[in-house]
Amino acid sequence: MSFRATLKREVVLAWRRPAEIINPLFFFVMVVAMFPLGVSPKADLLSVIAPGVVWVAALLAVLLSVEGLFRNDFEAGALEQMLVAPTNLYVPCLAKIIAHWLLTGLPLVLVAPLLGYMLHLPEQASMTLFLGLLLGTPTLTAIGAIGVSLTVGVRSGGILLALLILPLYVPVLVFGAGAAAYAANGAPVEGLLAILAAMLLASLTLAPAAVAAGLRISNGG
Amino acid sequence: MHFESFEAFLQMGKHGAYVWSAYGISFVLVGLNVALAVRAQRQAKEDVKRFARREMADANKS
Amino acid sequence: MWQTLTRWYHQWGSPRYFFQYSGVLLPWLWPLAVLTLVVGVVWGLAFAPADYQQGNSYRIIFIHVPAASAALLGYIAMGVAGLVGLVWRMKMADIMIKAIAPFGAVLAAIALITGAIWGKPTWGTYWVWDARLTSMLLMLFLYLGVFALMNAIPDPRQAGRAASLLSVVGVINVVIVKYSVEWWQSLHQGSTLKVVGESAMPSEMLAPLLISMLGIYLFFACTVLMRARTEIMVRERKSQWLREVLR
Repeated sequence: MSFRATLKREVVLAWRRPAEIINPLFFFVMVVAMFPLGVSPKADLLSVIAPGVVWVAALLAVLLSVEGLFRNDFEAGALEQMLVAPTNLYVPCLAKIIAHWLLTGLPLVLVAPLLGYMLHLPEQASMTLFLGLLLGTPTLTAIGAIGVSLTVGVRSGGILLALLILPLYVPVLVFGAGAAAYAANGAPVEGLLAILAAMLLASLTLAPAAVAAGLRISNGG
Repeated sequence: MHFESFEAFLQMGKHGAYVWSAYGISFVLVGLNVALAVRAQRQAKEDVKRFARREMADANKS
Repeated sequence: MWQTLTRWYHQWGSPRYFFQYSGVLLPWLWPLAVLTLVVGVVWGLAFAPADYQQGNSYRIIFIHVPAASAALLGYIAMGVAGLVGLVWRMKMADIMIKAIAPFGAVLAAIALITGAIWGKPTWGTYWVWDARLTSMLLMLFLYLGVFALMNAIPDPRQAGRAASLLSVVGVINVVIVKYSVEWWQSLHQGSTLKVVGESAMPSEMLAPLLISMLGIYLFFACTVLMRARTEIMVRERKSQWLREVLR
């Protein structure tokens, strides 16, 4: 299957089940809203923890949504069809990752500045938070896809996926939240965003190969 | 020998509790790990032998 | 030279050769490992001089540093084994991963616990989010991930291959994690807390440290060989050669 065909198929399929796009977004907003309730509504405290809170919530939302990346295909048997097809798996895997991010990751990135505002994140950091998430969440989706490819068909795969993937998310979290915290203090962030961009390029080039290998392993290849 | 007496060795200045608990926990964890590995090995060996005996018995029967 | 290496690779890559020769090696390796470890630890505990700043609490180093370095080395070894298993489909490779993971996780836990205990007299608290303790915590998480994945997949060969892929991904990540944690530390704390001073360690302390490190490595190697033998017995229990060796 070509890149465009897979991308189009994924978007059309997701369009028929809008809950799969909207639910991660609601989850993201709700998790962030728990923090002022659980910690304190004071603006000076919230502005300090805002980058970390938004990033951790986005990370969890990606983790929860990526779990369903291959579920429908697996249940419908389309995954097996994809595996026995004589074409390389790299391109369809890349397309699936990108499609999944466009449908679930991008909405998170778009509402993040609003959530930052509600948490009293200093305004000069708002743009960095947005750019950081824009560069970081596709990396999270790509790394998550590797974990999903290994746990597809495993019982209680969700919590297992979190155990496998959360430690691998640490660098993105550290640099992403760190960049927003830097910006809040008025420090330059170009270098940090460049690191996030480098991690994005590396993960987008390497992850599809790992995902393809993972899918073959999970299907007893 | 760095310490003047055995008691001084046990006390480790005033840090005896820290040093000895660190070594004690490490020793227990390593020992537990090795014990589990030994048990698993013994069980695997038994399984191989039992498997062989059963196949032998089946072959004699038929 | 190269030919010898490839011959070894193919010989030790065969479960049968591995089983026979590890059985010859282990009766020598076990006493050597225990002896080295005991010499290193006793030297460190009883004969090495006290640290001029920390007094005797620094003696935890003789278990903490060897455990931490062996845990890291074990994880790298899992990554290498995983790569070998995925690329060349070597049978022994994923058996090795399964054999390394348990003791590696235990060593990471030991490094964490002893680090925390050492923290109390040094920093006044059992836990600080110090760069080294935090990376060791993440190391333990990575080991637990491999563990959880292997336990979740019932078929041993499939579990081994899945663990191979995860270890390869993890090893690539571990380097980035290390740098990111160091950067994160510098972001949140101006001055890092140094356990051992900047100056080079005097040789009276370094010698027992190196010996106990070697001891832990040998010990690790012994448990890995033993667990790999167990796994071979489980997987090959229908093979005739195994029955003949065990008889």
